[in-house]
Amino acid sequence: MKKTTKNLINIALLLLMFVGLYFLEQHFGRRSMLITVLKKGAIYALIAVSMNLLNGFTGLFSLGQAGFMLVGAYTYAVLTIPMAKRMAVYQYYDGGIINFTVPTIVGILAAGALAALLAMLIGMPVLRLKSDYLAIATLGFAEIIRAIIQWDTLGPITNGSNLLKTYPTFKSVIPVFAAATICIGVIVLLINSTYGRAFKAIRDDEIAAEAMGINLFHHKQMAFIISSFFAGIGGALLAMYQGSLQANAFKASMTYEILLIVVIGGMGSVTGSVIASFLFIACSEWWLRFLDTETYLFGGTVKLPLLRSGFRMVVFSVVIMIVVLFFRKGIMGEKELWDLFTPKKKKEGIKP
Amino acid sequence: MFDRILPYLLSGISVGGQYALIAVGYTMVYGILRLINFAHGDIFTAAGFFMVYIATALPVQFAIPLVIALTVALGFTVERIAYKPLRSAPRMSVMISAIGVSYLLQNLMWYVTGGLAKQYPTIPWISESITIGSATTKVVTLITPVLTILLVIALVTIIQKTKIGMAMRAVSKDFETAQLMGIKINSVISTTFIIGSLLAAVGSVLYFSNYTSVTPTVGAMPGLKAFVAAVFGGIGSIPGAVIGAFIIGICENIIKALGYTTFSDAFTFALLIVILLFKPTGLFGEKTSEKV
Repeated sequence: MKKTTKNLINIALLLLMFVGLYFLEQHFGRRSMLITVLKKGAIYALIAVSMNLLNGFTGLFSLGQAGFMLVGAYTYAVLTIPMAKRMAVYQYYDGGIINFTVPTIVGILAAGALAALLAMLIGMPVLRLKSDYLAIATLGFAEIIRAIIQWDTLGPITNGSNLLKTYPTFKSVIPVFAAATICIGVIVLLINSTYGRAFKAIRDDEIAAEAMGINLFHHKQMAFIISSFFAGIGGALLAMYQGSLQANAFKASMTYEILLIVVIGGMGSVTGSVIASFLFIACSEWWLRFLDTETYLFGGTVKLPLLRSGFRMVVFSVVIMIVVLFFRKGIMGEKELWDLFTPKKKKEGIKP
Repeated sequence: MFDRILPYLLSGISVGGQYALIAVGYTMVYGILRLINFAHGDIFTAAGFFMVYIATALPVQFAIPLVIALTVALGFTVERIAYKPLRSAPRMSVMISAIGVSYLLQNLMWYVTGGLAKQYPTIPWISESITIGSATTKVVTLITPVLTILLVIALVTIIQKTKIGMAMRAVSKDFETAQLMGIKINSVISTTFIIGSLLAAVGSVLYFSNYTSVTPTVGAMPGLKAFVAAVFGGIGSIPGAVIGAFIIGICENIIKALGYTTFSDAFTFALLIVILLFKPTGLFGEKTSEKV
């Protein structure tokens, strides 16, 4: 297939997706379960892809994602709370010290930018570490960030450990999908560029990559910064989805959840991460909900055993463990969705 | 000044001892499998819940051995189910499995308890109050460091003098060669997990006697801190882990005494990062070099 036809097909598919979304939203309503799951799924897809760029494509096992999301979410919320409502939100800090409000889109970009800046600073020392030491150091940084944001002295900016709210949010599913699609698209373009190939080379063998003339530190830092930029944007979108924000929710367990999504989708597959995100959110928020409610059969005489609050997550984590243990490649392995439809390159190459 | 610091110092030493008991489990597992056992903190929490439920049916002197036995069984099972099938897999897969186990155990505990904090039973004598100088504290504060040091001395003796200890040292030096020499690595690894879980169970009894309530996620933080202690002391070194744990426990409480409670957790991680940058092998760690 020619490149231009391929691009045209992609654009057509994307348009089709947005048209489909529009009709779904018209039909089911903005508050329906389906639309809620789609919103949250799109946000998680972006965050999972950003983590996959680091863990799956560059082979840097980082567990700091929740920290960068937290920075993004707070940057967005702090910058976009309307002036009129600041007094009410910052009631313990005399209305805070930030005396301006930026438009939503600027807030989102600032969220990414600040997360990226932080990643640059943290990356300089941390990226020299290897595998599990890197994991634990990034996890540590995420905890430090959380402590700093909750620090009383910074209260006039971050509102301490109190709730941030009344910042602008989105009502429709379309803007979330638009933002997530653009960001994931940029990541895909990056992965298919020479930089992406360098990332993969580093993942497969650091020493060989260095021997081929790839500047290890430079590329690792680049992957780390870009991943954090999109994690920051993901954090901002998550803040918009939730409607209110508190630093306490961004614990290490959030990073673990995203890591598990990446593993289920397949380390090194963008489409895998996207599919896994929607599956993960749909299962945990919707399809497995019935496990959490006590159910009676035969006119209320027989109570189904085990079904009560919390059982959903148990079943869910057992399924995840099965994937981790027995289907280590995840849903997609290292393949992408389009690899399944396009004929293999070998066949194209051989000509009679 | 000293009178004001003393209670914090005492609880620092006590917490340090409890971290030490957890840290030994981390450091031994890492020494042998090169795995950060993220589930270790949750096994520690599970021990707390075992005690909560068993103490309602049995008197404490029978409950404690049973709790220890159950925790050991849990640690053993986790290793067999979640880590053993991945013996030949890349290290990262095992670590992801450990994170999965941690997620599973937390959700399971949430399900069983309904997400509510459970009151930890009072254990006679060690929960009693005692006055030292100007500070009032519980007996457990004084017992912890003594018990910790006794247990660690016992453990070091096992590792240095017995056959299984020798096998452990051999496996941690070189996995494959040890296997070729006829060491049954699976039983060595199981023993490691059994010892680690046993110490975590003891640590949990001491820890929760001090903190009185157990929630499903309560073990995550002490678990991570104990891991930091293990890295600080030099991963793989048992005395290192113990010293690291005491230093972290004491520093953390002194920071609380100075009025920076928000940063007591962050301090631990800041310490970790500083160590990793300037002395990645920790205080007593061995130097390793990367082979091509």
